[in-house]
This record gives sequence, C-alpha cells and structure tokens, in this order.
Amino acid sequence: MTPDASGRRPGIRITARRAGTFCLLLVVLLAAQATRVQYFQAKGYNDNTANQRKAILRYGQPRGPILVGGQPVTGSVATGGRYDYKRTYTDGPTYAAVTGFSSQLYGNTQLEGTEDALLSGTDDRLDGWAVWNAITRHQNPGGAVHTTIDPAAQRAAMAGLDGQKGAVAAIEPATGRILALASTPSYDPGSFAGSSSADQQAWTELQSDSDQPMLNRALRQTYPPGSTFKVVTAAAALSAGVVTDINAPTTASHPYVLPGTTTPLVNDTGSCDVAGLDLATAMALSCNSVLGYLGVQTGLNRMVAVAQDFGFNDPRLDIPVRAARSNFDTAMDRSQLALSSIGQFDTAATPLVMAMVAAGVADNGTVMYPQLVDKLTQSDGSTVQLMRPRPYRQAMSPAVAGQVQQLMTDVVTNGTGGPAAIPGATVGGKTGTAQHGVRNSAVPYAWFISWAKPSGSSDVPPVAVAVVIADSTATDVTGGSLAAPIAKAVMQAVLSP
Amino acid sequence: MAFPAAVAADRPRSAGPRPSSGRTVELFLVLGAVGIAVFGYVEVGAELDGRPPADALRYGAALGGLALLAHLLVRWRARYADPLLLPIGVLLNGIGLVVIYRLDRATPHSSAAPTQLLWSTLGVGLFGLVLVLLPDHRWLRRYAYSGALVALVLLVLPIFFPAVYGSRIWITVGSFSIQPGEFAKVLLVIFFAAYLAVHQDTLALTGRQVWRLRLPPGRVLGPVLLVWAVFIGVLVLETDLGMSLLYFGIFVVMLYVATARIGWIVIGLLLAAAGVTVVGWLSPHVHARVEQWLHPLASIQAGQGANQIAQSLFAFAWGGLLGTGLGKGHSILIGFAAKSDFILATIGEELGLTGLLALFLLYALLISRGFRTGIALTDPFGRLLAIGLATIIGLQLFVVAGGVLALIPLTGATLPFIAQGGSSVVTNWIIVALLVRLSDQARRTLLRVA
Repeated sequence: MTPDASGRRPGIRITARRAGTFCLLLVVLLAAQATRVQYFQAKGYNDNTANQRKAILRYGQPRGPILVGGQPVTGSVATGGRYDYKRTYTDGPTYAAVTGFSSQLYGNTQLEGTEDALLSGTDDRLDGWAVWNAITRHQNPGGAVHTTIDPAAQRAAMAGLDGQKGAVAAIEPATGRILALASTPSYDPGSFAGSSSADQQAWTELQSDSDQPMLNRALRQTYPPGSTFKVVTAAAALSAGVVTDINAPTTASHPYVLPGTTTPLVNDTGSCDVAGLDLATAMALSCNSVLGYLGVQTGLNRMVAVAQDFGFNDPRLDIPVRAARSNFDTAMDRSQLALSSIGQFDTAATPLVMAMVAAGVADNGTVMYPQLVDKLTQSDGSTVQLMRPRPYRQAMSPAVAGQVQQLMTDVVTNGTGGPAAIPGATVGGKTGTAQHGVRNSAVPYAWFISWAKPSGSSDVPPVAVAVVIADSTATDVTGGSLAAPIAKAVMQAVLSP
Repeated sequence: MAFPAAVAADRPRSAGPRPSSGRTVELFLVLGAVGIAVFGYVEVGAELDGRPPADALRYGAALGGLALLAHLLVRWRARYADPLLLPIGVLLNGIGLVVIYRLDRATPHSSAAPTQLLWSTLGVGLFGLVLVLLPDHRWLRRYAYSGALVALVLLVLPIFFPAVYGSRIWITVGSFSIQPGEFAKVLLVIFFAAYLAVHQDTLALTGRQVWRLRLPPGRVLGPVLLVWAVFIGVLVLETDLGMSLLYFGIFVVMLYVATARIGWIVIGLLLAAAGVTVVGWLSPHVHARVEQWLHPLASIQAGQGANQIAQSLFAFAWGGLLGTGLGKGHSILIGFAAKSDFILATIGEELGLTGLLALFLLYALLISRGFRTGIALTDPFGRLLAIGLATIIGLQLFVVAGGVLALIPLTGATLPFIAQGGSSVVTNWIIVALLVRLSDQARRTLLRVA
C-alpha cells in the first residue's frame, strides 16, 4: 500500500462485502454465545442456588403424599405467592422420624429427601412419554411413597417414649419391613414448611433447642448397646463352638480378670459371681463376666464377623434413608474385646441395628435388609417400584438361632426381661443398661431388644423391636424397668390386629 | 462509480415482460408475519388465562391493517424495493409487541404494550411519510450538514434533563419521554455517508506512511477527531456506553468501506479502547458493568443474591433448546428493564435457543439485505448510506444481545424493533423506510427499469 498504488486499493464492493461479513460475524458470535449459555452451561445456571426457577417449579404443584397404613400422613396446601404449595403433616411429631421434613427454605430430609424426585414429580420413572414431556415441559404430578410403617406400632412407640429422650425401631423379621421408627422428643415438620418469618422462627427455635428434637435417634444416633449386645456375643460363641450346650457349665472362672490387667469384670448381681455358670443362666441374669470371657474365647475375628452380619460397621445402611454407622472395633486387645463383647468400650449401635440383631435371631439367623418403603406409585396409583424383601446377611445357622431364641425367651420368663412378657405370646428379649460418661457418671442408657410371636406358633415372629431411653429422669434406670414396657406395647400393637 | 448509474438510467426499457417487482412475495410474507404475531398473542392468552385474549381479533386487525398499509405504500412509491425488508420489520415489531404484552401480564401495575402499539403505528406512519416525501435518497445529501447539527443538539439535549437509572439519555416532559440519541444516529449516518462520499479519495490516497499503516492527513483528520471527541463527550456526560460504542463503530465501519484503509480501523480501535479504558476507570457506573460482565455470579457468592446479568443468564439457560413456551417463563425475575434492555432474555427463556437463533437469522437477513442494497447501488452516497443503516442494526443488535448474554459488558441499548421504547421503534421504521427507498433504486438499476 503505497500512495501511488491506488489501483490496487480494494474497491468499495470488496470493502462493503468485508464490512457486511464483519456484521454477520457478530451475529454468529451472538449465536455461539447463546448456544453456550442455553445448551452447554444451562445445567450449571439451572442448578445455581440463587436461581429460583427450580423452586418455583417444585412448589408450583402439590407434593405427592407419604402414606402410612394406606393413609397419607402428609398433605400439600396452596398458599399463593411465588412458591405456591407448601407441605403439611397430618400428625407431624408422630411420624417426623419417618418422613423427615420438606421445607421451602430448609430443603428436604430423610424420606422427603431420598424420595424427593418422586414426590416432586421430577422422577424419570413417572414419565410415560419422556421425550414428549421434555419438549412440552409437561410436569408430572408427584408420586406417592407407601411406607412399611404400622400405624398402631408407631403410635404405641410414641406413647411409650412419652417425650423422654429415646428411640424405638421395630422390624418385621421375615421381610425386613420397618414397622415403627420413633424418636423423641419429636417436632412438627409442618411448622417450618413454608417460607414465612414464622417458619423461620420455628426453625431457629428447633435448631437451638438443647434437647435436639430434630435428631432422629432411631437412625442417626448411636449409643453403647450395653448388655443387649450379649445376644451378638452369644450367637458368635455358639457359632464358633465355644459353647455347644446352653445349659451346660462353661469354662468361665470367677472372678474374671480382664486379660492383661488386674481389673475384674464386675457383675450387677451376686448371682452371677459363680465359676462355670451356664450360658442360659448367664444371659438371663446378664452376667458380664461370663459373656466377656466368651467373647474373648470366640476371638476378635469371629466377633467382628458376626457383629458385621448384624449391620455393624456398615457405613451405607440405606433404608433408603441412611442410618448412622454402628461400630464394633476391628482392632482391639483382649481386654478391650472383653468389654466390647458386653456392649461397652467403643461399641455403639443405632436402635435400628439393635432391632436387626433381634430380628436376625427371630428369623432363624437370616438378617433381612431393613426397608422403610413398601412401594412407590404414580399419582393414579399405578406402581412405579415395588420393594421386595432381600436378605442382608446370614448371621448364624438356624440351629444356633434356635439356641439364641431359647436364651432370649429365658431372659423374659426367668430373667431381667420380665416386664416384656405378653400373655398368650412367646417373647424373647434382652435388657441392657449401658454406662457412659466420665467414670460412668452419666445417667445410663436403658436398652431393650426383643421379638414376639403368638404362643405355639411355629412361624417367624412378626415383630422384633429395639428401644433405647437415653436420658431418663427415673431413679432406677434399667433396661428392664424403663425400656421393656415400651417394647412390650409395640409388640402387642403388632400382635393384636 | 456514478457513471454506470447514468448509463442505466438512460438505457431504454428492455422489451418483453416487465420484470417481477417482488411485491406479491412481499404481500404473502407480510401476511405470514402478521399471522405469526397474532398466533403468539393468542398463545400468551391461552397459556395465562386458558383462552385467547378478548381483543385478539382487534389486535390482529390493527397489526394487519398497519402492515397492509405499509405494503400498499411500498407498492405505490417503491415498487421495486427488496421484498424482504418490510416483512422482517413487521415480524420483528410483531414479536416485540407479543413479548411486551406477555411481560405486561407479569407486571400488573404497568402495561407497556398499548403504548408500544401506538408508537409502532407512529413508526409505520413515518415509514410511509419517508416513502412519500423522499422519492430520491440523494435529496438527503443536501441536508447532511444541517442534519449533523441537529444530531449534535439532540445528543447534548438530555444533559439538561435529570438522569434516569444512571444515564442521561432521555428527554422527559411530564410522563412523556423520548431518547433523542435514537434519532440522532440516523442523522449521523446520513452525514457520514455524505461526508465520506465527497472525501473518500482524499482520505484514501494522501497522508503519511508509518510502518505498514497509512495514516490520514492532518487536514481531514480534524473532523474525524471532532466526531470522536463528541462521542467520548456524550459517553462521559451521559454515561451511555452503548450509544457511544455504537456511534463509534458505525463511523469506523463506514470509514473503512469508503477508504479501504486498515489504518483507520487500527486507529479507531485504539481510540475506542483508550476511551473505554479511561471511562471504565473514571466512571463507577461503567466500571461496575465491566465487573459484572467478568464475574456475573460474584454477587451470589458474596451473598447478595443474583444481579441482573446473572438473572438474565438464568433465564436464557432455563429456556434451553426449545424454550418453556410463551407465558411459562420467569424472566420477570430480572426485574428492572425486563421489557426493554433485557427483553431478549424473555425470548431466550420462552422460545428457547431455537427461537433465539431464528430471531438472529431474521436480523442477519435484514443486515445482509442492507449490505446487498449498498453493494448494488452505484452512487457513493446511497451506497454508504445503505451500509451505514445496515451497520446500525448489526452493531446495535450485537451491543444489546452481547450484553444480556454476557458476551460483552452490558450497556444500555435497545433491541431493534423488539424492545420497549417509542424512540427506538420509530427510528427503526425510518431506517427500514430508507432501506426500502435505497433498495428500490438499486433494484431498478439491476432490473433495468426506470
């Protein structure tokens, strides 16, 4: 481009074409950016917490119900405003440990959380015409969650707990269906379902309550199981052949000094302080020395294996709500193993897992996977998914299970579990009074696990239950006196139709 | 270049059948455009109320009547005009009215659609007036300099009126407000075209060589620098980055087309960059816009909720490929200016990427038809005028759509024909009228009819 090279200067038609191409290129840039935002980055923007659209869509229609015994325990009410529908609960506190909550401000937890896609209608399985619905943006009505809960058992559990700090888990042993799941003190999940200032205040008050009403003690809290764990130890000892006849004298000495220490393992009752006590008597009287000794004789590996067969050390026990991991240490010295074998030291269990222990014994050694949901249906009632019973583990042989059932029956007929006896029914149980706190100074945890069936029935017992009272104000805190009556009420509720 | 035009004009009309004017095609396209707009109007009512709006027929009749009137005016006064220009104008205007009506339904206390329809009517009226009063575009050349003076006055005027939302670009009298900058840009393009048509050879062939770039001679650089100063002045005093960029871009593009001098573009870009940097540094208003563009989600992370850009992106993203359908989106969450600067977000959300690309295609068609007209014309003034007008639409689309899509910093500008705003819609109809006039001339030359 020199001054005298004007002949080579591009003509105006060429520059005009270039300028036109430039303008069209700008439009192409816009199209590219639109594609980027609307297609490639869309998910990120749609999921952004500050984007209200998903919430508007979610609350734009009634949420599907959660049913107990065929009756909905939840509802949905139109409130108007940008978030139209809010969750309601027919009997919030009773079923809070089952449903969890669904709040416009604070999200969805437990069943409301795990089954959220179905309840809110976004679950793909609700789509008959997925592609067509995606195009028309048709939103399916929310589906229904049918729980396994037995309303009578649930009410009995709540009435028995009566606001004390505690929890109940009840299971149908043959299927793993959860019949009751109660935690007290409870709360009303409907009190903060909306987004008003009253909802916010209710939430704040619940959060700051020192009694932790929103803690699901049946699923999400572990407690030292104390003597109820002796059922696991007995099953392990029998399976390992350490004991073959439950009525024959054992090799347990007295006093039993914890291996490698000078500390004797003490008993609560003098009747235990006999050398060579048989397993049946030791269980009925809940003798620490005998069961601690048998745990050590059985050995760490076999104790761990049996405990894990009952659900201990499982970090992903989803019912479908995830239960907290129950613990039985996998590396211990023999004195620690002795303490762990009577449910102390680091041993800790959720009420759910202790119910699995009772259920596994009742179901002839087969532990069924615990399930809270029976089936999922569409709004028109057609089935989306049917939950089938599935085995979790075989914890012991049916023969050993028969021996442990006998041990547990003896506890109720002859031992510490007397308050759980039900006329006309065969009841097997085990008490537990777990020490905890600094130098065991805190109020002990009162436990009871049991199962029951009509007298003379040869079927698998229809109910197994675990009860824990965490912080009783009673003067005499024992599993037999505090927890057994609650277990009895729950079992009776299931046995009497 | 003016020589062949004279030849064409003197050539006797060719024998045989008269060449097709394209008016019948235009009529069908116009009717189709009206049909699409009325369908959209009915769709909004059906979605929000479960039945078509009660005045759907009246609305359709009004829009159809206006469009037919415009078509007849073209048939009468610009028989050989490009048959795509008017239908695209009608369709864009119709879509705009539908979307504004839809947004009115989300803001019960302010309805903008009736006013917009009134302005559209005025726009079509001016469209006809231009066609009737201006039989030959070359007449505009005579008034180019006085027009530029008027444009300057129009640009400066808003400084004396209170700022609205941080920008001094409105003249407000009572409840009535106009944006004089919209009209000014057409007058300026006419001026640029006239100025460059006369001086293009001087600008192209003289000046100093610096490295590989030919710099313009000082003598003609004067007016260019003056124009630049005016724009920066407007930018600083009225804090209207969008308008300023638009003026500057149009000027640089027209300068390049006229002179083919890359040096001009380089200088232009450097000056623009310098101006924007300085203003971005000095003006908190502009600085904030740049920050929001770079980090649209920063305010969310800071716990202050989503800003307008973020809300706009949310709206686009929610639309996805196919959109929610008219009336089913939530672009009203954008808040302020949802019907004007951010109206594209509603289209993106409710009509999806598909609708948005179709819209961009319409604009691309309008722009390319403008450039085609310019290339086909033989007189330098008409050629530069057509290209300048097409460039207005292209750059304005880029500035506003790029802003709400976070491609470039957001600057206040209206989406041609669609956004709420009387001055804008009227100006766009004038632009289309001028393009119709120019294309009539161009196609007469091509088709060799007088």
